[in-house]
Amino acid sequence: MSDNGTRPPTEVDLAAAYEESGVRDILRELEDTMIGLGPVKQRIRESAALLLVDQARRQMGLATDTPTLHMSFTGNPGTGKTTVALKMASLLHRLGYVRKGHLVTVTRDDLVGQYIGHTAPKTKEILKKAMGGVLFIDEAYYLYRPENERDYGQEAIEILLQVMENNRDDLVVILAGYGDRMDRFFESNPGFRSRIAHHIEFPDYSDDELLRISEGMLADQNYAFDDEARQTMVEYIAARRTQSHFANARSIRNALDRARLRQANRLFSEAAGPVDATALSTIREADIRASRVFRGGLDTDRPVRRDAAE
Amino acid sequence: MRLRQGQFSFLPDLTDAQIHDQAQYAIDNGWAVSVEYTDDPHPRNTYWEMWGHPMFDNPDAAAVVFEINECRKEHGGKYIRVIAFDSSAGWESIRMSFIVNRPKDEPGFRVVRQEGEGRIIRYTVESYAVREPEGRRYA
Repeated sequence: MSDNGTRPPTEVDLAAAYEESGVRDILRELEDTMIGLGPVKQRIRESAALLLVDQARRQMGLATDTPTLHMSFTGNPGTGKTTVALKMASLLHRLGYVRKGHLVTVTRDDLVGQYIGHTAPKTKEILKKAMGGVLFIDEAYYLYRPENERDYGQEAIEILLQVMENNRDDLVVILAGYGDRMDRFFESNPGFRSRIAHHIEFPDYSDDELLRISEGMLADQNYAFDDEARQTMVEYIAARRTQSHFANARSIRNALDRARLRQANRLFSEAAGPVDATALSTIREADIRASRVFRGGLDTDRPVRRDAAE
Repeated sequence: MRLRQGQFSFLPDLTDAQIHDQAQYAIDNGWAVSVEYTDDPHPRNTYWEMWGHPMFDNPDAAAVVFEINECRKEHGGKYIRVIAFDSSAGWESIRMSFIVNRPKDEPGFRVVRQEGEGRIIRYTVESYAVREPEGRRYA
């Protein structure tokens, strides 16, 4: 970077570098668009500061090695891991640690082949695609299946480790998954643990944060709650959390999708005359109240059959 | 005799960083970059062996350099070139082609004169290398 014939600078203005690199825009965007996630934002700010300082050190010739940037994101489903990974990719791009800043999201299926000799080309193909950007491996622990010693996942892991070490300048790998299973994965693959510098833990959203997220999601699509509907949403979130398959923001998104469906149905069956924009974009209490979450959750999926059994 | 084919062949060998920049230029133009190798350097030998598929969907040239180095491990003693294929209508052809690896010893070419009827002379060039069977050329 500094070998273009000019002498290394003797001092670096960190504030200017911060402005210039556009890191501030990314961090502000992160702050504005992501609700909650306090510890995550804190870690990302710290990482950004570290990378900025490291960049300055490299400009002055104090450091030569690329720092290890591989990360692991752990947290429950729907806590924003993929979204933050996208932001992280553009952050690294702004700072010049990856050349293109694109995000390639893969799961086990994309890396591991189905027969002998299939895995290596498949994994390499994905790695090549991710070069210059960030490779995001969702539910990374599925790569390792200890119960089957002939599983091809091990082969993918070996290639991954090799590339993570040798092509550190070319790509950044982010492993994501549920906390406890990732811990077990790292325990059985110590090679990964030592190659990953940043472990970021994504906490669950609080009820209040989920409500703000739901309002944000609706606002993005030009919908809004009326007052009763907002109150119902509060109850919905509290009820949904105790039920199975709760996936934080993703559950909220699904709930809103269904609420919009019911709203459309309601408008269709109620409408006697022309409807105005407010009616078209307001989610009312009835749209949420009809959810089966209020009737004991997903177990009452098939009420007809249960009625028949009684 | 140093083989002069394709771009940059009158320049010193490109470094990996330079190859990266050239390949990146091709990728940024939307051309598919691929790596090929051969041990028959005749100028009319158009179709070299393909090393893997053309890289249609790799946004970064690091992948190209990676593949070149993989190819060097296997075919380090042969000629390796990078070509960039432009698939847009009207072109559908190679836009760039340059050699990135060459054998240590390049014996060069000889001229063969064939005497025909009426003392007519037909000329042809032949690489000294191809007098050995495939696989044994360039040691």
